[in-house]
Amino acid sequence: MDALITQLQRQFRDYTISLYQQGFLDDQFTELKKLQDDGSPDFVAEVLTLFFEDCVKLISNMARALDQTTGNVDYSKVGASVHQLKGSSSSVGAKRVKALCVSFKDYCDTQNFEGCVRCLQQVDIEYKTLKTKLQDLFNLEKQIIQAGGRVPQVDIN
Amino acid sequence: MGMAAESQFHVLAVDDSLFDRKLIERLLQKSSCQVTTVDSGSKALEFLGLRQGIESNDPNALSTAPVNHQEVEVNLIITDYCMPGMTGFDLLKKVKESSALKNIPVVIMSSENVPARISRCLEEGALEFFVKPVRLADLNKLKPHMMKTKLRSQKMEEIEKPSKDENGSVVAAVVSEIKDSTKTEIEILPLQQDPLLVQQGEQMLSTNNKRKSMEEGISTDRARPRFDGITTAV
Repeated sequence: MDALITQLQRQFRDYTISLYQQGFLDDQFTELKKLQDDGSPDFVAEVLTLFFEDCVKLISNMARALDQTTGNVDYSKVGASVHQLKGSSSSVGAKRVKALCVSFKDYCDTQNFEGCVRCLQQVDIEYKTLKTKLQDLFNLEKQIIQAGGRVPQVDIN
Repeated sequence: MGMAAESQFHVLAVDDSLFDRKLIERLLQKSSCQVTTVDSGSKALEFLGLRQGIESNDPNALSTAPVNHQEVEVNLIITDYCMPGMTGFDLLKKVKESSALKNIPVVIMSSENVPARISRCLEEGALEFFVKPVRLADLNKLKPHMMKTKLRSQKMEEIEKPSKDENGSVVAAVVSEIKDSTKTEIEILPLQQDPLLVQQGEQMLSTNNKRKSMEEGISTDRARPRFDGITTAV
């Protein structure tokens, strides 16, 4: 069992580091992990769940606001949702999503329709990608625990 | 000792976003604070009105059954800036305008780093302005203020209670020192005569150490020399 645990732990470590290196996560994610402890063992998972729910809701708001068939696009409405998403992605350490929101906000401010639509598509892909990757990471954690091992603290940098 | 019950620093956190409320709540709990969260400025004022026992000269005061002052006092308000209806800035102004509430420190949080906004808040009396995402290190900056407020209000309550013991005069002398030394850090408050206060201070500063030393079977009542920064005459 030990060899399995060691292998899983190594996988977990490597995967975590790659997520940071590829820019999916930044040090705010590290800060979130610091807030998790025996008293709140599922804190990170709960926060991420809320975040992804937020993504679904806000992206749907943006899509509706960008729908030209219902009349003129209300860019302030789009901008408001982008602002919220930027805030929560920043608080969670979702680096790529946050960066997209910054560009998206600019397109809203300049009322650039194509730019907004492009960002909307990208943000949708990006949050889903992140969600899948984090799911994989959590599954690795579960496997380690089920095998009787401890989830390693991963030191980024 | 009996005084542990109400000695946790109580923070009222105000934010319209559920996500942000969850975050700030965890951050504050991790910093050993008791937390109450509300989702709007008006709810915050309602909570404060009920809890601080606003006097009847305020026609808008919400009256309530007598509340034990010690147990539900708010020691700090931390609020988001951008909220629908009453903004964090509006809330700050209302708190500072209220004679009952103006001594409660207010911290503003915002996802936007706008220098003009920051200075306006500080000028209006905000203790600190944090740019989101707020981190543990930010809250650590508040610890000295937490100490001062908690000690001052505890001393006030002791003064208000008719005290029959001979510590009465010592307490009065210490209180005037605290009132005068607004910028004094906990390290140099001459509180040797008052083990009650020092013990409170010790609880606030290092609950981990206390737990550890309790496990080791060492009494923490007078174990002053183990802790940095607290002067003592033991």
